[in-house]
Amino acid sequence: MLLIACPHCGSRAQTEFDYARTLDAIVPLDAAPEAAMTALYARTNPRGEDDELWRHSQGCRQFLVLRRHRVTHAILAVRAWEAM
Amino acid sequence: MSRYSALQLLRGALNGQKHWQRAWRDPEPKASYDVVIIGGGGHGLATAYYLAKVHGVRNVAVLEKSWIGGGNTGRNTTIVRSNYRQAPLHNFFEFGLKLWEGLSDDLNYNVMFSPRGALLLGHSDADIVRLAQLGDALRHDGIDAELMSREDVAKFERSLDMSQAARFPIHGALLQRRGGTARHDAVAWGYARAADALGVDVIQNCEVTGFAMAGGRVTGVQTTRGAIGADRTAICVAGNSGHVAGLAGIKLPLEAQTLQAFVSEPVKPMIDTVIMTLAYHCYISQSDKGGIVLGGDPDKFPSYAQRGLPPQVEKAAAEAIALVPALSRLRMVRSWAGVTDMSFDGSPIIAKLPLDGLYLNGGWCYGGFKATPASGWMYAHLLATGTSHALAAPFAFDRFARGATIDEAGTGPLPQSR
Repeated sequence: MLLIACPHCGSRAQTEFDYARTLDAIVPLDAAPEAAMTALYARTNPRGEDDELWRHSQGCRQFLVLRRHRVTHAILAVRAWEAM
Repeated sequence: MSRYSALQLLRGALNGQKHWQRAWRDPEPKASYDVVIIGGGGHGLATAYYLAKVHGVRNVAVLEKSWIGGGNTGRNTTIVRSNYRQAPLHNFFEFGLKLWEGLSDDLNYNVMFSPRGALLLGHSDADIVRLAQLGDALRHDGIDAELMSREDVAKFERSLDMSQAARFPIHGALLQRRGGTARHDAVAWGYARAADALGVDVIQNCEVTGFAMAGGRVTGVQTTRGAIGADRTAICVAGNSGHVAGLAGIKLPLEAQTLQAFVSEPVKPMIDTVIMTLAYHCYISQSDKGGIVLGGDPDKFPSYAQRGLPPQVEKAAAEAIALVPALSRLRMVRSWAGVTDMSFDGSPIIAKLPLDGLYLNGGWCYGGFKATPASGWMYAHLLATGTSHALAAPFAFDRFARGATIDEAGTGPLPQSR
């Protein structure tokens, strides 16, 4: 199981968290249709590192940004997410 | 290639079974092919077989980065069925189920297809309404489906907990009698052998590392065994679809996630069918060797790791025991995980990509095994004729932009919710 260091609560088990989407998949409310389509459906899906939005849904319920490696499962960085 | 037959066995009995030849060649890659298929899993090998057999396209190579059938083809729970609610899905999978029924004869290789029934349980009045609607949708298109009462279910599958004290008491079920299981390794081997006999080069230990382009067109691939030219290049790599398409600079509506399966120690026959349920995402069957095969939820976050995490093991085991309490006495002996290409509407993509000469067959989520024959048939049709077969046309690449998604679960572009 992954151990995720929530910036608000400290290290907690992965089962307390839910993956939401990748950071490039956030659709701005005023996005043009083409930009919204790209954000919704075009994934880089790298076999390596990516930035992901997770939520500490069984804890502080805040959104976090994880820099994670998708083969080794190493968590390289965790930071609080601030809406753009 | 010599045909496998009872006569061959008898002949072998006289010479110590020493006359058997290797099932497929181990060729060096040629400089170029009409079609290069990336990925030597069931889908890629089936594509090569139907290209050669149905369309007469025999100058074909299947490139596999490790050994054939070592990816998701060997990492599933071997269930075959066609009981989807939406017409594009059930008509496609039904085409596949009909191919399954004659597959062993067609390939001259025993894939051990065992139509032992696929039993989908319901646990409430609402579930039974949903199952009745599903059954109507299936029968409307000529696909078998039987709505069963609680009493019918108790008689049909005796290992289930039919008590009212069960976590989710069983109210009834929808049975597809023609569904069942098959031996997954034999599917890869059977297709490889049959394709090889028709002249297809099955090339193992050959990983694609990039694409060759000329004039905005894909003209071949770079591999760990040198450059190989291709008139048509066909991606068929399941969980690695995003990675391989990325080598050509194309982004797909897919996310890779791991899905685990588990098998218990072998026991005498105790589960006669394939048990599935609307209450959990857990499916149970018994292999011909006797092991109880369980599948559960994906890990619900992106991963290419081919190994799963413990919480889903515990969850699947708990769910299986809630359905079949006798399983609590068994020990799990093995677990494995496959990298699934979770598409953003839960349905596959069999289509030309925006680059000329490049094609994709992917996005099978956690349901690719049952599709193997149909997937190969449809992909071969696309590669040979340049147009989609009528049954595969709904699974176009541009359906997301057109809003024509085929979303069986109705969850939208969030694979972890599927």
